[in-house]
Amino acid sequence: MSNVPADLRYTKSHEWLRTLADGSVEIGITDHAQHALGDLVFVEVPDAGRAVKAGEPCAVVESVKAASDVYAPLSGQVTAGNAKLTAEPETVNTQPYGEGWLMRLRPAAGALAAAELLSAADYQKLLDAEGG
Amino acid sequence: MGRQTPLFKLHQELGARMVDFGGWDMPVQYSSQIGEHHAVRRAAGVFDVSHMCVVDLTGERVRALLEHLIANDVGKLRVRGKALYSCMLEEHGGVLDDLIVYFLSESWFRLVVNAGTRDRDLAWIRRHAAAFGVEVSERADLAMLAVQGPEARAKAAQLLQPAQASAALALGTFVGCELGHWFVARTGYTGEDGFEIMMPARDAVPAWRSLNALGVASCGLGARDTLRLEAGMNLYGHDMDESTHPYESGLAWTVALEPRARAFIGRAALEAIVARGSPRKLVGLLLEDRGVLRSHQKVVVPGGGEGEITSGTFAPTLERSIALARVPAATADKVQVDIRGKLLHARVVKPPFVRNGKSLIS
Repeated sequence: MSNVPADLRYTKSHEWLRTLADGSVEIGITDHAQHALGDLVFVEVPDAGRAVKAGEPCAVVESVKAASDVYAPLSGQVTAGNAKLTAEPETVNTQPYGEGWLMRLRPAAGALAAAELLSAADYQKLLDAEGG
Repeated sequence: MGRQTPLFKLHQELGARMVDFGGWDMPVQYSSQIGEHHAVRRAAGVFDVSHMCVVDLTGERVRALLEHLIANDVGKLRVRGKALYSCMLEEHGGVLDDLIVYFLSESWFRLVVNAGTRDRDLAWIRRHAAAFGVEVSERADLAMLAVQGPEARAKAAQLLQPAQASAALALGTFVGCELGHWFVARTGYTGEDGFEIMMPARDAVPAWRSLNALGVASCGLGARDTLRLEAGMNLYGHDMDESTHPYESGLAWTVALEPRARAFIGRAALEAIVARGSPRKLVGLLLEDRGVLRSHQKVVVPGGGEGEITSGTFAPTLERSIALARVPAATADKVQVDIRGKLLHARVVKPPFVRNGKSLIS
């Protein structure tokens, strides 16, 4: 069974979101997503300063098998990409909700309220419906 | 729901993730594809390759049939049990399939062909066999296990009676022999030493469990693909198919134009290609920038021309990305590959990339 922490919010495309103390958000891929991808061997994260729009591909995670886009759950400006993943992409497999975060961004005005996010319970229902 | 091998339930029990492969439900990985890859390079792993199609050809003129049917020369097969890798071509030189042929006796040869091409191959072989009075029997009663890795032969030999084990361990490379109801061959698709073992379907599950108990890792098709690509071995349907010929597929070494009198299917087309020179070739690529090469990415050749990656992956042994690519014949030692709109640098190298656990890349 996939781990779905209760304190995070989620997207239908299997990203998670954590609101940080300074009002910015940290974004990664879920345990379900990393498991489905398998061993990650390459991660490309956005540079700080890049403006992203909700739904835009903004990072790439590649396993031995395949490459997948990661979509921005909301519009905003990237404050950091996780540089550690360049050398250690497998961190996303081992700690998808911790050290394996992909990027942090400062939401555009009203973007957080406008984003289509799921609670942990609703994301779990989505996984159950997908048979995951 | 695809076709299932005799090991299907065991794969599920072992927690394998199953995928469709050529119409078969096959295990792609058990726990970690990279872990399974390293198990084969460093120790031993076992693969279910029962989806592959074993075909027995019997009859007095079976050698003559194969001289006509395949591009490599079965005249090279003089020692019983010896195997030969070959393409089977259509008249225009396109590759219908790649296969292994075993010489078992003057009236019995055995072919192993790909799962995805099974029906077309059988129809083609039967069509040509009729004129030679050769009987074509698909051996759907057999399962096949590939046990591969530096410790594979020693481990697999422990499944056999002592006299049989000695015979199996004495096999030279690319030679097989019948041992009771099993056919054990020193062949494989990983670049490592090992056996491929054909056995009655009922033996497959106990053999697999015994190998696991001896420390042989269950390995899926995912690891099989990264291992074969590191070993520079082609995959049918990706690196070559009926629209490509052996000279643009890195398979010139498998075509025997000598003796000139041997009239095999596709010969005239291949002679014409040799006479004018193949405009394309298959090469190995080593990515020098960060990223992962994948099939169908565009290759940009300095000075003009384009090619395409036919197989690409992250190579766990090398910890970098490698590929096979079909490029213009004049391509030298540097190319660029278009990955999501960025042109990344790659070096052209001669496969294999890895053999017997060691990198061949300088």
